[in-house]
Amino acid sequence: MDFLTDLFSNFFVSLAGKLLLVALMIPLIGMALGFAEMKLSAKMQARVGPYFAGGRWGWAQLIADGVKFFQKEDLIPEQADRPVFKLAPVLVLVGTVSLFVVVPFGPGLIFRDLSVGIFFALAVSSLTTIGVLMAGWSSANKYSLMGGIRAAGQLIAYELPLILAVVGSVILAGTMSMEGIVQAQIDAGYPFVVLQFVGFIVFMIAALAELTRIPFDMPIAESELVMGYLTEYSGFRFLFFFLAEFATMFTMSAIAVTLFLGGYWLPGVPESALEFAGPVILMGKVFLLVFAMIWFRWTFPRFREDQLQSLAWKWLIPLALVNIAVTAVFKVLL
Amino acid sequence: MAEATQARKVPGSGMVAGLWVTLSTMFKTIFRPGSHLATVNYPKVKETPVPRARGVIALDQEACTVCMLCARSCPDWCIYIEGHKEEQPPATPGGRIKVRATLDRFDIDYALCMYCGICVEVCPFDALFWSPEYEYSEVRMGEMLHDMDRLQDWLTTVPENPGLEK
Amino acid sequence: MALDQDLVRHLSETSVSVSLETPNMTLNIGPQHPSTHGVLRLVARVDGERAFDVHPVIGYMHRGYEKLSEVRTYPQITTLVNRIDWVSGYANEVPFIVAAEKLMQIEVPERAQFIRLILTEMARISSHLVFMASYPLELGAATPLFFALRERERILDLLEGVTGGRFHPNFNRIGGVKPAYGSGSQTRKLPQDLPAGFFAETRDAVEHVLGVADEIESLVAGNEIILARTKGVGLLPVDVAVSHGVSGPNLRASGVAFDLRKVESYLPYHRFDFEIPTGAVGDCWDRWWVRLAEIRQSARIIQQAIDGIPSGPLQAKVPKVIKVPKGETYVRAENPKGEMGYYLVSEGGQGPYRLKIRSASFSNISILPWILEGVLVPDIIAIMGSLDFVLGDVDR
Repeated sequence: MDFLTDLFSNFFVSLAGKLLLVALMIPLIGMALGFAEMKLSAKMQARVGPYFAGGRWGWAQLIADGVKFFQKEDLIPEQADRPVFKLAPVLVLVGTVSLFVVVPFGPGLIFRDLSVGIFFALAVSSLTTIGVLMAGWSSANKYSLMGGIRAAGQLIAYELPLILAVVGSVILAGTMSMEGIVQAQIDAGYPFVVLQFVGFIVFMIAALAELTRIPFDMPIAESELVMGYLTEYSGFRFLFFFLAEFATMFTMSAIAVTLFLGGYWLPGVPESALEFAGPVILMGKVFLLVFAMIWFRWTFPRFREDQLQSLAWKWLIPLALVNIAVTAVFKVLL
Repeated sequence: MAEATQARKVPGSGMVAGLWVTLSTMFKTIFRPGSHLATVNYPKVKETPVPRARGVIALDQEACTVCMLCARSCPDWCIYIEGHKEEQPPATPGGRIKVRATLDRFDIDYALCMYCGICVEVCPFDALFWSPEYEYSEVRMGEMLHDMDRLQDWLTTVPENPGLEK
Repeated sequence: MALDQDLVRHLSETSVSVSLETPNMTLNIGPQHPSTHGVLRLVARVDGERAFDVHPVIGYMHRGYEKLSEVRTYPQITTLVNRIDWVSGYANEVPFIVAAEKLMQIEVPERAQFIRLILTEMARISSHLVFMASYPLELGAATPLFFALRERERILDLLEGVTGGRFHPNFNRIGGVKPAYGSGSQTRKLPQDLPAGFFAETRDAVEHVLGVADEIESLVAGNEIILARTKGVGLLPVDVAVSHGVSGPNLRASGVAFDLRKVESYLPYHRFDFEIPTGAVGDCWDRWWVRLAEIRQSARIIQQAIDGIPSGPLQAKVPKVIKVPKGETYVRAENPKGEMGYYLVSEGGQGPYRLKIRSASFSNISILPWILEGVLVPDIIAIMGSLDFVLGDVDR
């Protein structure tokens, strides 16, 4: 044991270890959530879902899909802008992976507890916007272009409610570090959602919009634009986008859980047990939020672009601003 | 005159009702799958078609008299018939020699067949039957031409008459 | 080095335009597209998200029905004709056979008429359930698809139990519905009267259909997002609809209570009690609502028809080889998609001399250039879906 502790106290070894862990977690989480989506959506639609891959439960379906995507021909349209086309999925995935850095899985179980943790997370998640725009433009396809333009408007519009919704929790906690926010909820004895209910709702809606999931999937809009900005992507590059979507679902839910639902802490669990129970509790809460996202996707139709924008600008941003004002006032007074 | 429903009174309650439908379907599918599933797990589970289902046409070579009515009435002209006349010895010595038409070739091209059933209907000698068998897809289109013997084999799959409504 | 005076004056007089030129984009929606109900091509000029000057290009699915009918006999044409509007297969055959019977002046037995009516109403429920399935899918909701198609399977199984075919029943013959085969020396030959258990299964299926209509209504009808996407979108005023020849649920959604089932007598609808649902303003929501209400009304008709079906022969006395006497006639019927008509010209042969098919969807989509003027691209999809056309019906 001492040998291992000494080994990992070396900065480069621990860095390599963390990188390896992240590199492993992204595909695993992507596959697990993708499989959950397939099965849950099937049950909601009175179907069975994946059944044959890997025995009766079909758990190997996503592995099979991953292998399938890997071995596909790498198609790039002739008139596409090649460097931009190739770079776009990478940017989207980089934005997602970077979010993993600040997710607290347990007390001390965080890749890097930055003192501006949540600020960093919000900044880095904007990289996906650029990636989406690049994908839409470089595909040399009118449908992709329309999807990309819609994405530009939508993602930029919903960045603001995302950021503003977070501020209320930060005010209550007094710190921007993710561990600090969870600690503040432990000290307060209740998760912040009790006071920040409005902020939580706004954050979840804005997170759904950032993921371009139904009801906000105008940029993809399968029945109109074939696949929007993703139309020309196939094989390995599409896998990047696919994994990025599910991994971002996980990280957005994890951030929401950390900020609003108490992170890896449950009232009643002693702090000493949190080292081991923390990740499990966090996964449980994240799964609840991911289930809600899947549930909403398969129940609702999609908003039209102008309805999307008016929802963001006329409803969510004012709500979030009012939330901040009220929270700040109460924090000062109480 | 039926009137359209108005939007519900409480904003958001329509979405909640929709969420409830999806959630209840999910629980029903997980815990009581038999009643509610929209799909069956083909090929592990196969649905049996009704007896009248138009799956494949079976031929009774003995009954066929090469009258060509089926080939003529097919809208796609997908039945190919060739026959010749055979002389048969008289039943009693000194009687008339009977001439009987015999099949040389009776092919139905299922790549062209529209499954309309006109051939089965017009046959005056009850030589063609419908069978609900449907699993005879092939890799090569040439194999969709079923010849005389294959059509005779399908005869074993023709179901009995289950009866009519009173 | 001094600048040339003329050059300086020229430069100072030149004004630089900084307004961005945003040229319009010509977008081809289709022919391969997830939402055009087939191979319809819409050539749309879009300015950002707003479309103007949309015109449909049809003909990708023209199969030449009218030419084919010139060289086929009446039973063969019945086989072909139910592939025009393949979603509601049986409803296409009925007006054609009624036209031939009108020329021959045959009286169809009552039991055959009732069976035709029951199967036509089942075809109507089937077609409207496909609409219920596909329209929310175009708006983004993927779940009603499975509910509607699951119940449609029951209807299709019933159709298969009676006729042998799910989508292409081919069950009408001149003078009635298909009678028993030949002499029936083999017991394996199946006569074509209603099979055992039909009434019980139909009642059960109708119950399930009404149940899924309620389920889809609660999933879709009150949903605020659906209302925001369909209310006020694609308004079709009555005068424009009538002048373009729009018929069926699209016309009734605009407020006109016109249903050929109450006007024409090709089937004994006057013996049954049912309402004609109409909409208020003729937007996409009304068109959706009218079709849902029609499912319920059709279920009502089927229930009454099953309770009151008379016994009797299935086909009138007709000669073995049918030759329709000389004449011409036009019969129109209320198909699920709208008004379908057959203009039959007969010169006394075994097949028609000329068959002209007036299909509902062809006239329904003539409204597209008018109704799609100045709408947003997502609304194009919503409006096209709400008109509920099928390319087989458009192109024949």
